[in-house]
Amino acid sequence: MKMTGGQIICDCLVKEGVEVIFGILGGAILPLYDTLPQFPQLHHVLVRHEQCAAHAAEGYARATGRVGVCFATSGPGATNLVTGIANAHLDSSPMVAITGQVARRFIGKDAFQEVDITGITLPITKHNYLVRDTAQLGKVVKEAFYIARTGRPGPVLIDVPKDVFQEQVEYHTPGKVDLRSYKPRREGNMAQIRKAANLINQAQKPVILAGRGVIISGASEELKTLAETAQIPVVTTLLGIGGFPESHVLSYRWLGMHGMAYANMAINGADLIIAIGMRFDDRATAEVASFAPHAKIIHIDIDPAEIGKNVRVDVPIVGDVKAVLTPLLKLITPTQHMDWLKQLDVWRREHPSTDIRESSSILPQYVVRSIYEATEGDATIVTGVGQNQMWAAQHYIYNKPNTFISSGGLGTMGFGLPASVGVKMGRPDATVWCIDGDGSFQMTLHELATIQQERLAVKIAIMNNGFLGMVRQWQELFHDKRYVATPLWGPDFVKLAEAYGIPGIKVRHKDEVVPAIQKAMAHDGPFLIDFGVEPEENVYPMVPPGASLVELLEAPKKEEVVWPR
Amino acid sequence: MAPMKHTLVALVEDKPGVLNRVANLFRRRGFNIDSITVGHSEKPDISRMTIVVDGSGASVEQVRKQLDKLIETVKVQDITSESIVVREMALIKVKATSATRSEIMQIVDIFRANIVDVSMESLIIEVTGDEEKLDSLLNLLRTFEIKEVVRTGRIAMTRGSTTTSEPGRKPISAED
Ligand SMILES: Cc1ncc(C[n+]2csc(CCOP(=O)(O)OP(=O)(O)O)c2C)c(N)n1
Repeated sequence: MKMTGGQIICDCLVKEGVEVIFGILGGAILPLYDTLPQFPQLHHVLVRHEQCAAHAAEGYARATGRVGVCFATSGPGATNLVTGIANAHLDSSPMVAITGQVARRFIGKDAFQEVDITGITLPITKHNYLVRDTAQLGKVVKEAFYIARTGRPGPVLIDVPKDVFQEQVEYHTPGKVDLRSYKPRREGNMAQIRKAANLINQAQKPVILAGRGVIISGASEELKTLAETAQIPVVTTLLGIGGFPESHVLSYRWLGMHGMAYANMAINGADLIIAIGMRFDDRATAEVASFAPHAKIIHIDIDPAEIGKNVRVDVPIVGDVKAVLTPLLKLITPTQHMDWLKQLDVWRREHPSTDIRESSSILPQYVVRSIYEATEGDATIVTGVGQNQMWAAQHYIYNKPNTFISSGGLGTMGFGLPASVGVKMGRPDATVWCIDGDGSFQMTLHELATIQQERLAVKIAIMNNGFLGMVRQWQELFHDKRYVATPLWGPDFVKLAEAYGIPGIKVRHKDEVVPAIQKAMAHDGPFLIDFGVEPEENVYPMVPPGASLVELLEAPKKEEVVWPR
Repeated sequence: MAPMKHTLVALVEDKPGVLNRVANLFRRRGFNIDSITVGHSEKPDISRMTIVVDGSGASVEQVRKQLDKLIETVKVQDITSESIVVREMALIKVKATSATRSEIMQIVDIFRANIVDVSMESLIIEVTGDEEKLDSLLNLLRTFEIKEVVRTGRIAMTRGSTTTSEPGRKPISAED
């Protein structure tokens, strides 16, 4: 059949099961957009900045487990995608980005809106393509989806010259992808799995350290069985939150720079770490030289390059988490670790980490707790970056995979609102709260327009502290309180929301917090709450830079604790 | 572990941009490439790269894995500790007058090098061998005034009947 390049792409997207595309058009990609009406299965969401197309695609990918798709035009459209692509790369989110490029005869001539986007995105994509031959287009799109979602997922960019979209060629649906140079390994090596089982069966003080790989692999059940069978406490990474229910008796929540003190202590005291689908990021390990000093380490990960990269490993197992845990479970003998678990409970009692003190002002921790109670722990929380992100992670309890959606590896301020767009598109029935900082929110607030245009019932909670709070905290603690460039003026967020047709409430008194949240929940549609929170509140616990996981600063003990009640 | 020179052999898809991906990866991970040679392999569509880098065993192993992770890399091996044949070629333009020409030709003979161009005032010498051989020839010629040098960088192959490209791609695994 004869088809244009644009039609071929759309046909491939439909065959990949794509339903939603986030993007902004322009000259070079116009011919592709021109074919969209012929494919009514594809719903295009017009965002207000291409960075947000990529963040929305990632939010969608994380909410659904499917590949997120975004479009941008050549030049500035393509460069605007870069932050979003980098974010997806570092957090292993499957994404296909399609960019328009100048026509083939102009490539390399510094033509209008020409940038070398494949060159620019080389180190931040799993793979990328510049398609010069229209006949290859179908194969390339199919490969791109395959590469994006298999192995360790990641973003793939396809750069398509304008005249390739337009050219008509003979088209056959591409066959199965078979790349001799890319064969991700699913099954773990059985000898290694046996070694791991032996270590687990002998351990006195084991800890499971679960990352986002558990969620990506869909291995929460297997993880739970492993933990329960051998009574092993589970700690997650920040991005692993939700991979193991935090209400479970064996959950010791999450570790790291702002993790639970008792989770960090568990890692520090362990004689065996079973690291599953995680990559020993420095925000998780703190000073790596003193990480888990008494422990042997089993490391299960699909990416061989992560093994031994940051931390020495005793038993490496390369493979998909689920495919490794399944045979591993058969080799685990049921055990108790009463003394060890008792020790952990003592640490948790002595270092509760998430107590909220009494205060007449609005504490951001109290706001998150109130959202938790109002939503009965059943919302999907999307965050900005900074203190708001840490409070959202600490004070909401997550029991299901992909209910905490946050920018981990790149720490991208402005991720929250556009990611919420994608999450809500992917999971229309979910209650979606975007917990944001006033700084982060101001980076991408134009997506209020997208939310309104698509009528997405996203609830937005701005932790308005009038500062770039997390940086202010560093200045307070490590730079003698020199608040350089962190005080932050903001607009009247409620009026701003209203300008976008979105209702909102300004909350300046503690007793208005809960009613405002209830009002937001009762409203059928998007809603914004501007919480004027305690301006100089800090996030604790905190591991200072260069310190080990257990050399942490805890909240100064004061007044009475209101939470837990 | 002390840094030392490692020889990596990479089989990659013969596609535009692959060299860029490989070079970029070394730069990004903070490695200085000593030399890199690229050419066809015995298989159509597959290019063979020989890359020489300085680094400790662990860091080179890390970069090897990163290299293997590139979608267009079919296989990467660190053959440093294997029994290998290593060759490099150089062209050397050296000043030669009637007074020095015969002395230079003697040296060329000893090194089993060839003279590939002769003019009134200079010679071009072609020499093949391992780096040490090339270095010592260059040292000897220095007294006659070297005008220009070009070296290809190292190419390498394991001795015996095993080959780098067979028995095909080893599955990616940390145990390898
Ligand atoms: C795009 C981007 N620029 C700068 C930073 C550095 N940074 C990290 S946290 C932070 C402050 C965030 O302020 P805000 O969004 O108001 O959140 P808060 O910490 O006050 O909750 C900054 C500037 C970043 N992470 N991302």
